[in-house]
Amino acid sequence: MATKLLLAKAHVEGIRHFEVYRREGGYAAVEKALKMEPAAIVEEVKKSGLRGRGGAGFPAGMKWSFLAKPEGVPRYLVCNADESEPGTFKDRYLMEFLPHLLIEGLVVSSFALGSNRTYIYIRGEYAWIVGILEQAIAEAKQNGFLGKNILGSGFDCEIYVQRGAGAYICGEETALIESLEGKRGNPRIKPPFPAIKGLWDCPTVVNNVETLAAVVPIMNMGGEEYAKIGVGRSTGTKLISACGNINKPGVYEIDMTISVEEFIYSDEYCGGIANGKKLKACIPGGSSVPILPANLLLTTAKGEPRLMNYESLADGGFATGSMLGSGGFIVLDEDQCIVKNTLTLARFYRHESCGQCSPCREGTGWMEKILGKIESGKGAISDIDLLWDIQRKIEGNTICPLGDAAAWPVAAAIRHFRDEFEWHVNNPELCQTQNFGLAHYADPIHVPA
Amino acid sequence: MAEAVKTVKVTIDNITVDVPVGTTILQAARMIGGDVVPPAMCYYSKLQGSGGKCRTCLVEVSKGSEADPRPMPKLVASCRTGVMDGMEVKNMTSPKVEDARNGVVEFLLLNHPLDCPVCDQAGECHLQDLGYQHGKQGTRYEFKRRTFEKHDLGPYIQLHMTRCILCYRCVFTADQLTDKRSHGILSRGDHAEIATYIEKSLDNNFIGNVIDVCPVGALTDKTFRFKNRVWFTKPVNAHRECKCCSGKVTLWQRGEEVLRVTARKDQWGEVEEWICNECRFEKKKTTDWTIEGPTHVSRHSVISQGHYENTIKPKETFTAVHGGRNPQLLMDIHSVSEVNDPSIDLSQINGPATSDVYNHSTKQA
Repeated sequence: MATKLLLAKAHVEGIRHFEVYRREGGYAAVEKALKMEPAAIVEEVKKSGLRGRGGAGFPAGMKWSFLAKPEGVPRYLVCNADESEPGTFKDRYLMEFLPHLLIEGLVVSSFALGSNRTYIYIRGEYAWIVGILEQAIAEAKQNGFLGKNILGSGFDCEIYVQRGAGAYICGEETALIESLEGKRGNPRIKPPFPAIKGLWDCPTVVNNVETLAAVVPIMNMGGEEYAKIGVGRSTGTKLISACGNINKPGVYEIDMTISVEEFIYSDEYCGGIANGKKLKACIPGGSSVPILPANLLLTTAKGEPRLMNYESLADGGFATGSMLGSGGFIVLDEDQCIVKNTLTLARFYRHESCGQCSPCREGTGWMEKILGKIESGKGAISDIDLLWDIQRKIEGNTICPLGDAAAWPVAAAIRHFRDEFEWHVNNPELCQTQNFGLAHYADPIHVPA
Repeated sequence: MAEAVKTVKVTIDNITVDVPVGTTILQAARMIGGDVVPPAMCYYSKLQGSGGKCRTCLVEVSKGSEADPRPMPKLVASCRTGVMDGMEVKNMTSPKVEDARNGVVEFLLLNHPLDCPVCDQAGECHLQDLGYQHGKQGTRYEFKRRTFEKHDLGPYIQLHMTRCILCYRCVFTADQLTDKRSHGILSRGDHAEIATYIEKSLDNNFIGNVIDVCPVGALTDKTFRFKNRVWFTKPVNAHRECKCCSGKVTLWQRGEEVLRVTARKDQWGEVEEWICNECRFEKKKTTDWTIEGPTHVSRHSVISQGHYENTIKPKETFTAVHGGRNPQLLMDIHSVSEVNDPSIDLSQINGPATSDVYNHSTKQA
């Protein structure tokens, strides 16, 4: 049985409400934290090795320690609940069922960072969760865990919930800050980083919902204990939202020591591929990370079994690896068409590009059109090379990571599934009625000695 | 305590220069000048917050600084990246930059209509220059290009969004020069457009400057539209007493007629001093202005053709040049050509064919 830190109490009746949450041991972290020095809490988070759960996996403690602390300038903590990555829905689950866990994490983190006004920027489509969070905030306030002079410590903290207006780009931290300030959600040009100049030009930390919730178990058990869970630099537990052609889609909490194979096939997690089909490919960390064919997903290029953690999934770089990303685990079975899948992703990124910088604005639309052409059987072999060239020119040349996020899925699809693209070009009529199927992707790859 | 201005050393394409702390790579390159200056489509030194968007000024930083010599992992936008002491930058000398810049230019031209033959900006268009420098002869784009309707932003300015490259310069200009900006970006992605919220007119006394800052032909002067090609007009510097602006402008004349008035621009194509709408749109007579002399035009510009800035007159008199002789004609062609010899019948000379020649030959046949 895997360790459960975040979702352990998720199924307790009425856990959404303060009384039940408190009875189950909630808000102990706040009580403990308010007796500590803020710097000691940051140190504790550093010791825990907690890495950002939003996608990039940057160590959270390190991010907190970068926060500038000029005299007389307010500091802000912003919770990034703009979870818009296709395939990712872990934060929704957390906020919907355990709103007080997030509030508790926010109070502790606000105290550690010295933020008296903390914002939750929530995705516009999560309309019903706003009410849940606001109710939780009101309950916490009534019971003295939020508001003025929390538990008599002299620390004031207010939490505000701000709804976005349905833009994927506002999940990028500087675009989020712009949007929170009431402006158009365009990413800012970095530097300066938010830790120096963020919300209203004040030092700001932006963290993912899951990262902030994970602060609670870190406070309760201590950073060193937390770091013992997991493996290597992937400490603690991670929420994985599994979806696609699996028997049991849903949000799972894993402790990052299990293998990908176990995660997909064991009954405790995904429960195998639906309808007895075979695994073809998988996008292991939300739509923007590179797709991996079954053989490379289950074992690394070196032939070792791949584990569900930051390092193992990234093993081999983008040539033979991928990323853990935000934990949106999308499984594709043998009936899925990679070209169509890539087209869907390309369409998404074209739609969500903010249009600020030229490679992303023009490139995403171009890629979608070429993919549409190939998918409908009108493509040429040269289009595949053109697609590769376009993604290469977008990647790394844009203001924010959306350009990379748009380029990587296309790059990985061509890198690993080029023969399927070529099949589409060479069989324009057949590809409209049939799928390419599994081909050799399910075979174990040959490892040169 | 007066502190001396601190300078740092930065090397761009193997040329080292001392610049003040806080200078950006692009500004440092402009201090060197010449070919090491990266092109900039969206950056405008007079506008705060501009830059970083078009990505044409990407450069490679091969050495971060003296203290931290690691190279930067990605190409950086030189217009928004500050220099560090001992930084080494590669612009012209980096194949990576060349490749990325070609890509960016291709992206910028992807949906551009390329209607230069009918575009008023042609000849002074930054995108045209960039296209000549980095563009390919053909396009790899085979789909329908994005188009927009033309909009009139008030009586003087026309917005032709199809040509726009979304540099945001006009938005920053309106933001920083006028009290109330009433235009901005609507929509997002490849359908983002510069617009007023539902076709309002822009009526601020300084709004005409958006025409000058536009690097392409998206914002054009309606008083000049289709009047002339810029390379046929002669730019002269002129000034007038103006209550609200400096009154220092460039007049674009053809003969005595003033076809267009713009602000004066420096060698980077940036406005030196903003001018008001009255100077720009309403003073279209030579008598309104005190003319200072021809504007300097770079010899690389098409506008410099037939544009004489410093005509040199001979100091000696004509007779002195000819050694005391005072010829009546410069070259006495009359004595050489038989055309002017009255004793020869013109029809005997092999001149151009006339109808007589034709009639004569048909009669014979």
